[in-house]
Amino acid sequence: MNSPVGHVRALIAAEQIDGRDPATAEGFLRCLCAAAVRAVPASGAALNVLVGDGSFGLWIDGGAGSKVITELQVTLGEGPSVDAHATRRPVFEPSLGDSGVTRWPVFAAGAMDLGVRAVFAFPLQVGAARLGVLELHRTAPGSLTDDQLRVALTFAQVGVSRLLGSTEDLDGSGTDGFEAANADQAVLHQAQGMAMVQLGVSLGEASLRLRAHAYATGRRLTEVARDLVERRIINLDGEGAQSPDEDLDEDLA
Amino acid sequence: MPTISPDRLAQVFVEIADTLVEDFDLFEFFNLVTSRTAELADVAAVGLLLVDHHGHLQFMAASTEEARLLELFQVQTEEGPCQDAFHSGTPTVNADLTTADDRWPEFAPRAVAAGYRSVHAIPLRLRTNVIGALNLFGADTGRLDPTDVKIIQGLADVATIALLQERTIQRVEALTEQLQSALNSRVVIEQAKGVVAQLHNVDVTEAFELLRSYARSNRLRLLDVAQAVVTAPATFPDLVPG
Repeated sequence: MNSPVGHVRALIAAEQIDGRDPATAEGFLRCLCAAAVRAVPASGAALNVLVGDGSFGLWIDGGAGSKVITELQVTLGEGPSVDAHATRRPVFEPSLGDSGVTRWPVFAAGAMDLGVRAVFAFPLQVGAARLGVLELHRTAPGSLTDDQLRVALTFAQVGVSRLLGSTEDLDGSGTDGFEAANADQAVLHQAQGMAMVQLGVSLGEASLRLRAHAYATGRRLTEVARDLVERRIINLDGEGAQSPDEDLDEDLA
Repeated sequence: MPTISPDRLAQVFVEIADTLVEDFDLFEFFNLVTSRTAELADVAAVGLLLVDHHGHLQFMAASTEEARLLELFQVQTEEGPCQDAFHSGTPTVNADLTTADDRWPEFAPRAVAAGYRSVHAIPLRLRTNVIGALNLFGADTGRLDPTDVKIIQGLADVATIALLQERTIQRVEALTEQLQSALNSRVVIEQAKGVVAQLHNVDVTEAFELLRSYARSNRLRLLDVAQAVVTAPATFPDLVPG
């Protein structure tokens, strides 16, 4: 498996240990954080998932007390993850002790007390659907190299895919709509918008339902999307309503 | 013999400079660059693509959003003038698509079938980085005059700077942050096209035109309208066809 995404999935699968089962959503995301720490590399990672009311809910800790640093931001209302979520763009601070202090005076002090000198926050999103943030920490200041950024962005991409219900084989051998070709991507995003209106649900939920429909009918996600956009399926409502990924819902309950 | 009129070019540069102000609208800017490039170079259509974190070119904007044209941008994932320009960092000029089957076996026949006869790609460059390409499609065969190629490269360079909104890049991180933001913004626009298509029972191409018209009439950024339409579809009763 040579694709960057396949490679990252393999790294995530390799993090499986007792108590951290990548078959569940939470387990997968914990393995993701652990793998990201090793691969980027970083000293710590945390991934937070938005819950229904738009606040950060489920916290995944990649070790080394990373969760504390992201939780600090919720308490303070400031920090790189807060900004990444609000502005819908990555927020990189390679020098927490210098420019970081100007950007987030209280957070920077708190994070530095915990030994962190650089923070890189990646919003987990598909267009207007915001799902959470992946945050990487380092104990030494400095930017990520281009290669390291590519790896980190791929981890974020895989995180998004999992949060949108992908139960992709861990060796990446199946097909996943989010790794589809360019042409299919645009149609997939259009279908998300259409399904959102048809079903009267959030964009994230609409994406899950599209995937559920594909799963239930044994078809590829991109085919279902194209059928919807080209009006061969008129309405998803009432078709294949059960999400295959119930354990994520339970984790968030 | 250069095609591009110096007077018209001067006007276009002033237009571009005027857009680099506080209420900068990225997608209207891309639209301006692609439309004006099409007009100046006297070609049928121009598209703008940006690179993602996997090094793949993603469609961002075009002088016209017809489906058959959009597919021609999207089919260039492995081969095509944009790939060549992107990887070489230099313009790719092709005068006659009907003889290009060997060079681009997937792309060339499709472009000809769509009615185009010539194609050119100009890299979007920032110092040593190539971050995307401008893709020009002509209805007739014919090369671009070398002077015109230089001028279009100049326009492309200005577009790149505008994208990054800084005259010099102070932080290495700025490029990635900006690219990721732009790429995600395009997704918002696609989602909004779906919402409008569903609400008003139109196709996605017409949905895009509705969004643009609404943004213009209300002096809003296209992206802001798209964002709001996806977040709260019911609050746009004025966004209707006809």
